[in-house]
Amino acid sequence: MSTPAPLTLPVLGTHVTPQALNAYLEATPPVDEVAVHERVASLATRSIKRESKLHALELAVRMTDLTTLEGKDTPGKVRQLASKARRPDPTDPSIPPVAALCIYPAMVPVAAEALRGSGVAVAAVATYFPSGQAPLEVKLADTRAALAAGADEIDMVIDRGAFLAGDYMKVYEEIVAVREACGSAHLKVILETGELVTFDNVRKASMLAMAAGADFIKTSTGKVGPAATRPVTLVMLEAIRDFAELTGIGVGMKPAGGIRTAKDAIRYLVLVYETLGTAWMTPDRFRFGASSLLNDLLMQIRWVRTGAYQSPDYFTKD
Amino acid sequence: MADAHPVEPVEFTYVPSREATDLVSLRDRYGLWIDGKFRAPASKRFLTTVNPATEEPLAEVAEGGERDVDRAVRAARRAFETWGRLPGKERAKYLYRIARMLQERAREFAVLETLDGGKPIKEARDVDLPLVAAHFFYYAGWADKLEYAFPGVRPAPLGVAGQIIPWNFPMLMLAWKVAPALAAGNTVVLKPAETTPLTALAFAQLTAEADLPPGVVNIVTGAGETGAALVRHPGVDKIAFTGSTAVGKLIQKAVAGTPKRLTLELGGKAPHVIFEDAPVDQAIEGVINGIFFNQGHVCCAGSRLFVQESIADRFVDKLKRRLSTLRVGDPLDKNTDIGAINSPEQLDKITELVESGIEEGAEIYQPACRLPDRGYFFAPTLFTGVSQSHRIAQEEIFGPVLSIMTFRTPDEAVEKANNTPYGLSAGVWTTKGSRILWMADRLKAGVVWANTYNKFDPASPFGGYQESGFGREGGRHGLLPYLEGVPR
Repeated sequence: MSTPAPLTLPVLGTHVTPQALNAYLEATPPVDEVAVHERVASLATRSIKRESKLHALELAVRMTDLTTLEGKDTPGKVRQLASKARRPDPTDPSIPPVAALCIYPAMVPVAAEALRGSGVAVAAVATYFPSGQAPLEVKLADTRAALAAGADEIDMVIDRGAFLAGDYMKVYEEIVAVREACGSAHLKVILETGELVTFDNVRKASMLAMAAGADFIKTSTGKVGPAATRPVTLVMLEAIRDFAELTGIGVGMKPAGGIRTAKDAIRYLVLVYETLGTAWMTPDRFRFGASSLLNDLLMQIRWVRTGAYQSPDYFTKD
Repeated sequence: MADAHPVEPVEFTYVPSREATDLVSLRDRYGLWIDGKFRAPASKRFLTTVNPATEEPLAEVAEGGERDVDRAVRAARRAFETWGRLPGKERAKYLYRIARMLQERAREFAVLETLDGGKPIKEARDVDLPLVAAHFFYYAGWADKLEYAFPGVRPAPLGVAGQIIPWNFPMLMLAWKVAPALAAGNTVVLKPAETTPLTALAFAQLTAEADLPPGVVNIVTGAGETGAALVRHPGVDKIAFTGSTAVGKLIQKAVAGTPKRLTLELGGKAPHVIFEDAPVDQAIEGVINGIFFNQGHVCCAGSRLFVQESIADRFVDKLKRRLSTLRVGDPLDKNTDIGAINSPEQLDKITELVESGIEEGAEIYQPACRLPDRGYFFAPTLFTGVSQSHRIAQEEIFGPVLSIMTFRTPDEAVEKANNTPYGLSAGVWTTKGSRILWMADRLKAGVVWANTYNKFDPASPFGGYQESGFGREGGRHGLLPYLEGVPR
């Protein structure tokens, strides 16, 4: 990801017309909802044990975007979380840092300061998160401010209203504009699948976001229910697979919201592995947007290593 | 920032996760289950049943001869005098009890099924055994409602049912046969397949623990000769057979001119039709499930794939990619997708047909996958460039081998799909509801699955057309073959 993603894509060319965009989206295959649930249920029976489990848990830690997105976030809270992000388990230096700290733009300066030199990225939600219901200039200003304050990654929201109204061009142009504003910074595009509802919409929105230059596509803001689910993630992973075949570009995936247990996280990893293979088993291509997941991962790692469960009191709540 | 230290992807692996086998206790040698007890065979002959994944012997089972079959049929006849007169609600109690015990001991039966037959434990655990219990529950519910099932008549049981079942779903086929027969008031003599007798013998013991009266269920193990003796026996009122079309024809000849009732559930060469508007990624899963479920040892396996030519290349590419993620190996490993081929004879048959496909000019594709050194295994296989005239497009392979053909129009799809002497099942993938109905009207198959495949439910009748047999199992229809006095 060290080179910026191309701003225009081979799929759509430089001068994208609404007709070309529609034709591209119409080629998206339909999704059978029942069969998606079945596939997810079948993959949930994969039995990940011993070394494989330990490896998966450690990978999940490295893939975590540790998140706090609350109106009551303060510099103190963000500093504490940054410290957790750098060193998730103070008693165990072998536990790797998480991938990023995900916060509101106002908290970026604090986070950037607290994470300097740690390798942990600062991810800011921008573009009038979570609703995205603001003029494009506001969204771009929000993005630029976050970047100027030191954000390495931008988690933007799409305009779901425009998408549901069929104005795909507006959604596309906004993503392209934010992409340009991001420069080399990492762009994650939040579809808010809980508002798109159908898998056909999710798949189409995924193809749209990737064509517009997303580095990652992300399920949810965490402010709308349902947030991430494994079925919706599978649909997005399949879209990523199609896009990679079409363009050679490997877009990342970030389910966010509602992932709280290590067991669930491992099931997500199985989905990624069986859909996209080894090339996606890296924080560069897969992230979990989560807050309480991390401690469960730490607890499970200790259990696999020692054979004993420890009380939650032994894991820091930041 | 994270990008400064790009993280190389690491190989993600599943270490073996083997299902424990300590729930299963096997005897060295089994007699025949006649009149509620294991009895030494008069034939004095025994067969060895082996684990197809390791080639190690599991146990010896009796090979029932003419006299043994006669003893079993007589025991069933005696038991019928009381069982056949028992009120339906009393029969139901036994069936419910058996169903509950099967649920309680599902893990043990699943492991045994996998050991003896080679199917992946995840299938035995998640498909076979849940369906087995569901069948007993379902038919238990009918036992006291037979007069409502067929209004205006007073249905009566037939008497003794001789039932011969195959090796691909040993317990499930037992359930399909035994549950409706008992619910309708018949008694049974069941002959399991020679390579997979162990779960039927475990079931025999379970019926005793359930206090089922002796003689209601008799299990006579053996090979073809034992089955032939059962078919010939004059004391049998009904034959129910699931297995190959060749043997089905022999049975039909043998019962011709006798008063015996007959149902046959035979082979298949099911068409699986993919239209260009199909939900592609889900259709891929449907195709994979359709042909590789239980190593393709499935009479209704979707073994002929018809893909609309406009999407054929892309579809086949996706299929190949998916094939490479299938995990072939130890059936007891909970992550195994494709287990062992049931017997060396079946492996030879698959190998021979695959070679014929190559010789006749079809293009073979097998993913790189390492097969275990011991045991009977066959890599998942695709054939493209297949013509209707190739043997692999006509003959039932009964293995993990898919023949892929293309079509241009719905009419052509129907014509090619129906161009087979079989007619057990078919699959259709399209998002057009109207096309699903149009296809279902025209496909000559007992079961048509739309946007899914290999779905079974005890409430749904199953059975074929033409050389796939006749009679239906499952549902209210599944009672008919076991009842007298019902107009059909």
